[in-house]
Amino acid sequence: MKPRQQRMLAVGLAVAGIAVAAALSLRAFEESMMFFVEISEVEKGNYPADRNFRVGGLVVDGSVRRNPGELEVAFDLTDLESELTVTYSGILPDLFREGQGIIAHGRLNEDGVFVADEVLAKHDENYMPPEVAESLARHAEAKEAAMEAEQQ
Amino acid sequence: MWTFFHKLASPPHFYELSLRMIPWFAVPGLLLIGYGAWAGLFVAPPDYQQGDAFRIIYVHVPAAYLSLLAYMVMAISAGIGLIWRMKLAHAVAAGAAPLGAWFTFLALATGSIWGRPMWGTWWEWGDPRLTSELILLFLYFGYMALRAAIDDTAQADKASAVLALVGAVNVPIIHFSVEWWSSLHQGPTLIREGGPAIEPAMLYPLLAMIFGFSLLFGALLLGRVRTEVLNRERRARWVRNLVLNQDSAA
Repeated sequence: MKPRQQRMLAVGLAVAGIAVAAALSLRAFEESMMFFVEISEVEKGNYPADRNFRVGGLVVDGSVRRNPGELEVAFDLTDLESELTVTYSGILPDLFREGQGIIAHGRLNEDGVFVADEVLAKHDENYMPPEVAESLARHAEAKEAAMEAEQQ
Repeated sequence: MWTFFHKLASPPHFYELSLRMIPWFAVPGLLLIGYGAWAGLFVAPPDYQQGDAFRIIYVHVPAAYLSLLAYMVMAISAGIGLIWRMKLAHAVAAGAAPLGAWFTFLALATGSIWGRPMWGTWWEWGDPRLTSELILLFLYFGYMALRAAIDDTAQADKASAVLALVGAVNVPIIHFSVEWWSSLHQGPTLIREGGPAIEPAMLYPLLAMIFGFSLLFGALLLGRVRTEVLNRERRARWVRNLVLNQDSAA
């Protein structure tokens, strides 16, 4: 083997070795690499009980409850399988709204309610002008109505 | 074919050729950035949820893309430099590092400014996308610091090239972080199954900015590599002739 080919082999093997090492260590830390826990995992008890953690899910439509004049707010989160009630006292981010993905940081109390000390809004990857969003929503509603009519 | 590469690798020839190449990168690059900035700010419609705040993607996305591209350029050049003992490749790697660091900083800063009103936080430790991008910035810093710490150019080339190659493992981690793990950061909008999830009127200025940033990076990189080559070859005869000719011409 020529020296150049030796160097090529050495660089190739080193890069491959580092990649394997990185992949193995990332797999080993899989759980702590996750930014949040999904709702159905919380339901199954797969969450760190001894410390604060984050849950992520969609805010259920019509579930946001708030007494007038108070910061305290309660809402339900879903991952379309299970639901979890979250309470929070503080200012919600701009993108917080019903149907929107959010992430809450806090812990589960004895009643199975998630008491959050921080609520973050998660943005999705879709970008569109308001008119397009409106027409999409209209079409979705029309489709739902048509499906209901069909069932009856 | 090979003679072209051998000629390109010779410092005086590269120094000559690169000067003529810079305008071919800089002019279309600046035109595209000008168009992208204008169309992104005034032509593209506001987003249905974020309103006008989404317009920061016209800087954030190209900067983030270039932060990765610059690292790839740096790592591949460093690898070529190691294997083929090519000094010009090391010069390219050294020239790409500060540019990549600036793009990384820009991506982190614009992301943070956007994150405060939209997510409700400037920064979240523990988020895989945010953390891996910050590690990228530290890799650039480490690379530059290592080069600066070693006086002998050939030694600095070798040591920093190894660091650049080791750090390359972070590039796919940054890219796939939002797919492998749950993250606060949204998933990819442009390169995904089912095509881009963005209105064409919003997409075209973004593409113009991405290509514009890339071309500008090319122009800046050529300029930096020229000075790097000149500095490395400061004792060579062709540099002496260059300087003497300039003096006699002036």
